[in-house]
This record gives sequence, structure tokens and C-alpha cells, in this order.
Amino acid sequence: MAAIFDTIAAELPALGADGGVEHGLLVVQLPPDGLLTLVRRLKLEWRFDMLLDVTAIDWPQRQPRFDVVWHLYSTRHRVRVRIRTRVAEDEPVVDTLTPLYGSAAFAERECHEMYGIRFRGNADLRPILLYEGFVGYPLRKDYPKQGEQPLVAYREGFDLAERDERAERG
Amino acid sequence: MSRAAVIPIEPLAAGHGKSAAFEYLTTKKDELAGWARKFSLFPYPFVTACCAMEFMAVSSTPYDTDRFGAALPRFSPRQSDLLMVVGTVTHKQAPILLKVYEQMCEPKWVMAFGVCATSGGFYQNYAALAGIDRIIPVDVYIPGCPPRPETVIDGIMQLQDRIARQKHAILTKDF
Repeated sequence: MAAIFDTIAAELPALGADGGVEHGLLVVQLPPDGLLTLVRRLKLEWRFDMLLDVTAIDWPQRQPRFDVVWHLYSTRHRVRVRIRTRVAEDEPVVDTLTPLYGSAAFAERECHEMYGIRFRGNADLRPILLYEGFVGYPLRKDYPKQGEQPLVAYREGFDLAERDERAERG
Repeated sequence: MSRAAVIPIEPLAAGHGKSAAFEYLTTKKDELAGWARKFSLFPYPFVTACCAMEFMAVSSTPYDTDRFGAALPRFSPRQSDLLMVVGTVTHKQAPILLKVYEQMCEPKWVMAFGVCATSGGFYQNYAALAGIDRIIPVDVYIPGCPPRPETVIDGIMQLQDRIARQKHAILTKDF
């Protein structure tokens, strides 16, 4: 495995993080407050110059409920790093990576509208795929499967409550 | 032609100024306008998803919708009379579709191309509109994911039959 992983793994305990190689990439688990320190070193020192994605995982039964996940890529070493941190449902806040990676801005907007994760320091968390006025976070597991929020009034005969009533009557 | 036989022809009122030939022509007016219009469809492709590939296949030479008079796509709704909704329409897209439909002049027809436009298809979630007939009236539905070109041609022919059988208001609402 890549020598760079050994270098990084040796530094992880000092940052309060755990790490290991899974599926050919280095997976780092750390508390939210250590994020910026680690990512800054990954970018400046170890040349992980590309942010691939920011997303989250909802574990409805678990405390704290959410994992926030980042993937970074190094065009020099040609390897990836995955960073995971856990945040609670009542305060789902992590630091933004926009000062380090410009591409984080859009990815964080998507993660915010889909999971309700807030990114401290990202001033522009408007919806990007959804629309203004959408209530709730559709990729959370407790969002109803057919939770439609139409922007255009339905034509006659397509009233949702009426349709559900008809379905109940059989 | 068999339809003409069932249309009751009122006897001319006394002192009527029009000739019987004119009266006969007015009964055939819808048939004539329908015949002209069904072979002169100007589609506006409202293309949102993968069905577009099938639309390209069916409108180009191997299948050739030109044979049915539906060849020339107009990329302005104001110049077209057939709205082909090709692909998934999301709730975010729905206001745009409605605006395009409202911009089209009468007479106009709508074709739901593929299952997503017809019923939402396999999308049952927060994002997808479960069928465009929830927001605009649809004249013909084409099933398939995506539809075979033959299915589309069948859909166009069904729409042509529908247009031929329609009442075509030309001068006023009643004529």
C-alpha cells in the first residue's frame, strides 16, 4: 500500500483520530473539532489537492445520528482518503472546507439540503438541487418515501388527500 | 367516411340564404381541418432525460417521423402545436413545463413520451412528478422505458386519429 498512508497513519493519534486502510483507501475517523487541522495538513503537507465529495450517512437508531463523510484525492500520490466524523441530530454542525477547497461550496449545499447538516463558515447554504420552500430533509431515513411537495397546483382529480381516501376505501 | 353518415343534417330553414352545398361543406369542415392538421404537427420536444436518445432515433432517418408529418421540431413553444414531454419531470421542473404549455397557441396537443412522463415510472420520491397529467392535460401516452421507436410511431398515429376525430374551431368557438 502507498507509503503516504503510513506517513499519515503515524500522525493520526496526535490528532485524536483513528485510521486504517480499507478497500485501497485510507479511512480516518475523528471527532468534528479535529477536522480542519487534519484537512489542512492533508492538503498542504501531504498534497491531497482535490476534494471529491461531501456527503452524510443517516443512522436513525444510533447516537450520535449522522456520519459526515469527505473524500479527498491526491493527484501526486494517486490515492484517496476518506474522512468520517459523527455529529448529533440536535446539533449537526461541522466546519466548512470552503477556505481550503472551493469545490466544497456546492457539495456542502447539497449535503445541507439533503441531510440538514450545517457547515459552520459556509455563508451560502441555499438549496442547490431542491427549491426554496422545501420542508424537511429528503435523504434522511425518516422522510416519507412519497413526501411530495409540488410547486404547481395539481389538476382536478389529482388531489393527494382525495386519492389517499379513495385508496383507503378500496 | 362512415362517420359522415351519422351526423344529422338539419333541413334548410325557409328563406335560408346559403346554398345546400355550403351547408354540406360546413358539416365536413372538422374533417377537412382535422385531415390537414394531423399531417402537419410541429413538435416541441420538452426533453429532460434519457428518452431523448429514443426521440432522436425515432425522428431521424431509420424511423423518420417525417412520414407522419411530424418532422420539424420547433424550439419555441409559440411555433409548435405538439408538446412532446420526453423524460422525467421533477417538481422543480414542473413550473417550467406549465409555462411552456401555456405559451403554446391553440390548437395544441400533448404527448407523454415514456413511463416517467406518463406516471413517474419507477420514481416515487420527493423529487419526481408522478405523471405530467397532474399539471397539464395529456392527449396520448406512450409506454416504455424508453419506448421502442415503433411504440412512438403508434403513439403519433393514435394522436393523428384523435386529431382527425376532433372538432376544430376555426372562426369562433362554435365554428
